Amino acid sequence: MSLAPLVRAVEEAQLRDDRPELESGDTVRVHLKVVEGTRERIQVFEGIVIRLRGDHLRRAFTVRRIAHNVGVERSFLLHSPQIDKIEVVRHNVVRRKNLYYMRGLTGKAARLKERRD
Amino acid sequence: MLSGLLGRKVGMTQIFGARGEIIPVTVIEAGPCTVTQVKTLPTDGYEAVQLGFGEAKLKNTTRPILGHLGHSLPQTPNQRRRQQIEQAKARQAARKKASAAAEKAADKSAKATETEADEAESTETTTTAKAGAKASAKRRRGAGQALGPFRVLREVKVLGGEFPGVGDTVDLAMFSVGERIDIIGTSKGRGFAGVMKRHGFRGGQRTHGQSDRLRAPGSIGPGTTPGRVLKGTRMAGRMGNDRVTIKELEIVQADPERNLLLVKGSVPGANGGLLMIRKGAQQLALAARSGATDAPKQRA
Repeated sequence: MSLAPLVRAVEEAQLRDDRPELESGDTVRVHLKVVEGTRERIQVFEGIVIRLRGDHLRRAFTVRRIAHNVGVERSFLLHSPQIDKIEVVRHNVVRRKNLYYMRGLTGKAARLKERRD
Repeated sequence: MLSGLLGRKVGMTQIFGARGEIIPVTVIEAGPCTVTQVKTLPTDGYEAVQLGFGEAKLKNTTRPILGHLGHSLPQTPNQRRRQQIEQAKARQAARKKASAAAEKAADKSAKATETEADEAESTETTTTAKAGAKASAKRRRGAGQALGPFRVLREVKVLGGEFPGVGDTVDLAMFSVGERIDIIGTSKGRGFAGVMKRHGFRGGQRTHGQSDRLRAPGSIGPGTTPGRVLKGTRMAGRMGNDRVTIKELEIVQADPERNLLLVKGSVPGANGGLLMIRKGAQQLALAARSGATDAPKQRA
């Protein structure tokens, strides 16, 4: 028997089915579980998905936002239990898979057009 | 309880831990193994158990091993030929006897001839059947259980407790999640490797007019004194394909249904490679030491 299905089966157990299909250029709100001492609270990180990589359990994405005039990027594993919820706010028109060009743009130039479909 | 189990490396992946952290794991198919031989102090001079693991085809298994595993073997062409010759000879002898008897009894009544011939034939057949039964009994060793055939047979130690018998199966139930284990495998062969890959040398300078010295070993020793290269000097050569033991790996998860063990970290060899999964040596040593301190107390 091929070995790959066994590894896949191991990963399958941890896959989460409540994750939306993300695409590059999506504006998303990532609800993170943050543990402070003994208390756990939810923190929201909102921005544009500029990168998607990996597949299955290793599927990961990077969200970029401008916070206090500073560009901030955070990478997450799509199926991470540290993520409570992911909301897709809107789909935007982009022509690339990796939106690294966003890093050089600020203000009005860094806007993306909403996709109409 | 046995000290170890045979398995094979399935592959690596990552899983999420209890706090959402990522744990790199190797998936190992551990067992089930079958006990094929029990070695005891009086007969073998040491105590161990031989385990069989993995399926093998009957046609790819040698006759000595099949015999060892308690299979009744099919005859070889040579054996069959010899037997046919023997049988033919026996038949001829019977016929000769019968005809001789018939000639002798020509004067006597026909009834007597028949009975005599029958007798001669029956004795012949019983002797050949006896010989055959004896031979097959000799070939069938052990308890007559046909095990396997297996891809590999390996010995493991027995750590006291219940001694398993031939034909018993052992699986990963002997391990528990969180336990530390040692894993022994054969590392991937790297062929004839240079000194940078094999020993981590830094190679030569990349700049300052160097050419052909990028991956060179540099000097291998002094000059006229001692006038030779010291033994053990690290040089290029065959790398990998060695027996490697990784100690104290943590079991992260166990799946008894699929016979899978998830072990934190990497394990030697290619995917599909044979592994020996053993109880952690350090933990065994600790247990032995505590056992040793217990023993005198009991005596006192």
